[in-house]
Amino acid sequence: MRPILLQGHTRSLTQIKYNPEGDLLFSVSKDHVVNAWYSHNGERLGTYNGHVGAIWTVDVNSTSTLLLTGSADNTAKLWEVETGNCLHTWEFKTAVKRVAFSEDDCMALFVTEQRMGFPGTVTIYSIANDVNAKQSDEPIMIIMPEGSKAMVSDWGYLNKYIIIGHENGSISQFDWKTGEKVKSIQPHTDVITDLQMSEDRTYFITSSKDKSAQIFESNTLVPLKKYITDAPLNSASITPIQEFVILGGGQDAMQVTTTTMRQGKFECRFWHKIFEEEVGRVKGHFGPINTIAVHSDGKSFSSGGEDGYVRVHHFDEEYFKFKYPEL
Amino acid sequence: MLGFDISRLPQTEDEIDFSDIESKYQVPYEEGFDTIIVVDNVPIVDESKQEKLLKFIRKIFKNAGDIKENGINMPMDTDPDTGKSTSKGYLFIEFETPEQASLAIKNYDNYSMDKTHCLAVNRFTDVEKYSQIEEEYKEPEEEKFVEKEHLRSWLTDSQARDQFVLYRGDDVSILWNKKAEPPEEEHKRVNWTETYVQWSPLGTYLATFHRQGIALWGGPSWNKIIRFVHPGVKLIDFSPNERFLVTWSNESISLGPNGGIGTPFGPEDEGHQIIIWDVLTGNLLRSFPSSTSTDGAPNKITWPMFKWSPSDKYFARVTPKQQISVYETPSMGLVGKKSYKVEGVEDFEWAPAFDKEREKQNAGDKKNREEMLSYWTPEIGNQPARVTLLNIPSKEIVRTRNLVNVKDCKMHWQSNGDFLCVKIDRHTKTKKSTFANLEIFRVREKDIPVEVIEVKDTVIAFAWEPKGERFAIITTNDPNYGQSTQGVRTNVSFYYLEKPKPGKGGDKVGTANFKLIKTLEKKTSNAIYWSPRGRHKEGSKNDPAASIQLMSTQEHYGVTDIEWDPTGRYVITSASFWRHSMENGYSLWDFKGALLQKQLLDKFKQLLWRPRPKSLLSSDAKKKIKKNIRDYSKAFEEEDALAQTSVSKELLAHRRRLVDEWNAWRKRVEKELAEEKERAGVQIIPRRDDDENVEIIEEWIEEVVEETEEIVED
Repeated sequence: MRPILLQGHTRSLTQIKYNPEGDLLFSVSKDHVVNAWYSHNGERLGTYNGHVGAIWTVDVNSTSTLLLTGSADNTAKLWEVETGNCLHTWEFKTAVKRVAFSEDDCMALFVTEQRMGFPGTVTIYSIANDVNAKQSDEPIMIIMPEGSKAMVSDWGYLNKYIIIGHENGSISQFDWKTGEKVKSIQPHTDVITDLQMSEDRTYFITSSKDKSAQIFESNTLVPLKKYITDAPLNSASITPIQEFVILGGGQDAMQVTTTTMRQGKFECRFWHKIFEEEVGRVKGHFGPINTIAVHSDGKSFSSGGEDGYVRVHHFDEEYFKFKYPEL
Repeated sequence: MLGFDISRLPQTEDEIDFSDIESKYQVPYEEGFDTIIVVDNVPIVDESKQEKLLKFIRKIFKNAGDIKENGINMPMDTDPDTGKSTSKGYLFIEFETPEQASLAIKNYDNYSMDKTHCLAVNRFTDVEKYSQIEEEYKEPEEEKFVEKEHLRSWLTDSQARDQFVLYRGDDVSILWNKKAEPPEEEHKRVNWTETYVQWSPLGTYLATFHRQGIALWGGPSWNKIIRFVHPGVKLIDFSPNERFLVTWSNESISLGPNGGIGTPFGPEDEGHQIIIWDVLTGNLLRSFPSSTSTDGAPNKITWPMFKWSPSDKYFARVTPKQQISVYETPSMGLVGKKSYKVEGVEDFEWAPAFDKEREKQNAGDKKNREEMLSYWTPEIGNQPARVTLLNIPSKEIVRTRNLVNVKDCKMHWQSNGDFLCVKIDRHTKTKKSTFANLEIFRVREKDIPVEVIEVKDTVIAFAWEPKGERFAIITTNDPNYGQSTQGVRTNVSFYYLEKPKPGKGGDKVGTANFKLIKTLEKKTSNAIYWSPRGRHKEGSKNDPAASIQLMSTQEHYGVTDIEWDPTGRYVITSASFWRHSMENGYSLWDFKGALLQKQLLDKFKQLLWRPRPKSLLSSDAKKKIKKNIRDYSKAFEEEDALAQTSVSKELLAHRRRLVDEWNAWRKRVEKELAEEKERAGVQIIPRRDDDENVEIIEEWIEEVVEETEEIVED
């Protein structure tokens, strides 16, 4: 498995995302640039220029026409994927840490940072799915999570709920129509760093700095699986075809200079989703892995690291042939 | 810290049952006359001296507490003939509180007032009790014999597996080593100990540390066997045969306001920090103060403070620069009633008993062999430094050797006591660096010859092969040694005793000498660990570092501890949470250096193999087993294979169950999702079929290979 190295960023990656077909890969970084790539060969399609702060997050709609980005310049921008035109800019009081389209693309949620006296929020805007339409500046709902601030968030299936991962390791489920908390659990002991939905949004995986990743049922928040590793995790993703999850992380970026690469544990770890056993690792990054995304057909995955590189891996034949011993 | 306060027990002590101690030292609740004591054997005086006597008595007893006003009552007898009144030889004293009365009884019963008068102090209420005692002796009821658990039950394991204790987070668990498979749990308790755990040297007991003292556990049920009350205990040390236990606390024993009632301590223990216990009965045998140097300041604690002779018969400690104090068991008195004074003595070591000796003893050898210890003194004035071998209890000097130019000395006995190696650090002429000499005393030979091996470099570590005739040293010539913390280049060298070749006539020709066998160069080792049965050796690299084996080198990152199992077949390297918090956990290796399993455990703290007692087999029986090892190993190999298949079957079933559970859950959720979608009126899009949807992109790449221009002239 020879990875394709995407060298299009000058600072650490913050999030990468495939479009639903998987032919495009979007990457955002602290260097203010959004890049779009062809996922099969790593060729750059183009960049989306306009943000003036580190970009924290990116999401693409299901028809690959619209792209959302959230940045530390206190704005979120909507782009036309094809042309790179900025269609709309939402202004917020603080940095935008997470954006996510709803399942039907009609809405998007924006997680904003708690800073400078402003509370952290999860704000929901409706989105017009037309390149020429005017976007609304009137939020549908602003949720202000009490207690610990929101770090990551995503939509459940059929837009039933939104699920929020918090700084203190708790996960809560909100009814976005009323803005009320439905359920809350405390499965992790440290910051939740990533939350990715399964394909049909019936379950999701969380990664945490407490060195573990867990799978929950979206509706009930019942924990299903737990993967305990030896390094703080920054991202976790579920693979189609094979029943795996891919976990990435490593020692904190702040401590990296004090230790060797060997100790940093900057590898993508493959765990068997059902057996909760580690099956393999993919080395490559020389800094912690910040974000992992899996191609929708399950034939490749990409990782973005603190080192500023995106590595696109296409699985070898053996990967698809892999079967658990005597099963 | 005052004695032992029931009300302030920490939460974690819940599990420990204190009722036995409580009842043993319970103070009966006093009422009525409990503040009154009767003092007998008081001199008989007449009226003229009455005042003087009472004054004297008051002076004595006011040390115990406050005597009530008019609290002393001395009945007088008036002689009807003379009209003179004389005392009756006893008096009553009333104190303010019953505790003071108790203290008075405790302190002044048997108090010698003068040559002829020894006071007998009793509780007033007891007088009545004693007078009612029946004249006839009644035999006390015999306590029912309660069978104790087999303390060495773990040795009867059919597969002769070894146990180890694992301390992680708040959990302490006893585990069976199952080679490559995850260890099997035998017993587990949360908050079993407060600081750490320790095995007794023969593996019979597991000691846990608590604020109040030490508890020993064992047997198949892991029940508490015995408990020793010693507040703030920090360090313990068992005697080699597990008969005695030494505990040390940095808090001095204090009797508290009630004079130590309710604790095993008496007034003679006050202020002491070291206690010697009888492991079998749990009784306090003797307590000692911490050793102090000449100027009265307490010495740095070196542990073990008391070194035990191999037979448990003697124990000794050194008062640096002054003396070695050798005590006898079980009397706990000094051998020969006084310490052995050696000016300037620095350190000493007992000679380990060797097996033949022990076998002889067991066979009832009449002559009780003397035990031997070695000590060394540095250069004082014109007197050279000296290493001395001394017999105990006769205190007869067996051998001395004078040394010059000594910076430091370390004595290493070979485990059988056959050899003593004295490692001497010497300054080079420039005094800038040091080099070492190894002086090897061949103790078993006549006159104890000494052989000197000169090593040019600094010797960091030294280790004898257990029961063997080889030793290994780690040396370095790196000038940075001792300053920089990492990357010191070291060499590991092995030496063995070359046996003299027997001459033709059967006479011994030449002498046995230690020869260098092999040197491993340029490693960064800092400690050597021989496997308990010898033969294989392991070095531990600088922390963080890797472990080296003679047979193969293996890496274990950030290793902090190395533990051989008692049979020498396995070795565990571990990285403890106490030292650093990265990659905590342990790895199990076999003696060939192959990794059997690696466990990463968050908050892993401690792992200790359970030691085994000495084998009961005679050396002949052992030889026989060695000879027929193949037949034996066959049976075990079969067992191993069987175990492997059964485990994989179990694992398989477990996996299958997990898959089934997952699939069932998926089915249910997918159905729910479909239903909900239908209700919401969302069109259900059938799953994309990849083959139909795949868009094939054909890329035409044209490359111009060559371009030439020709002008065609017509």
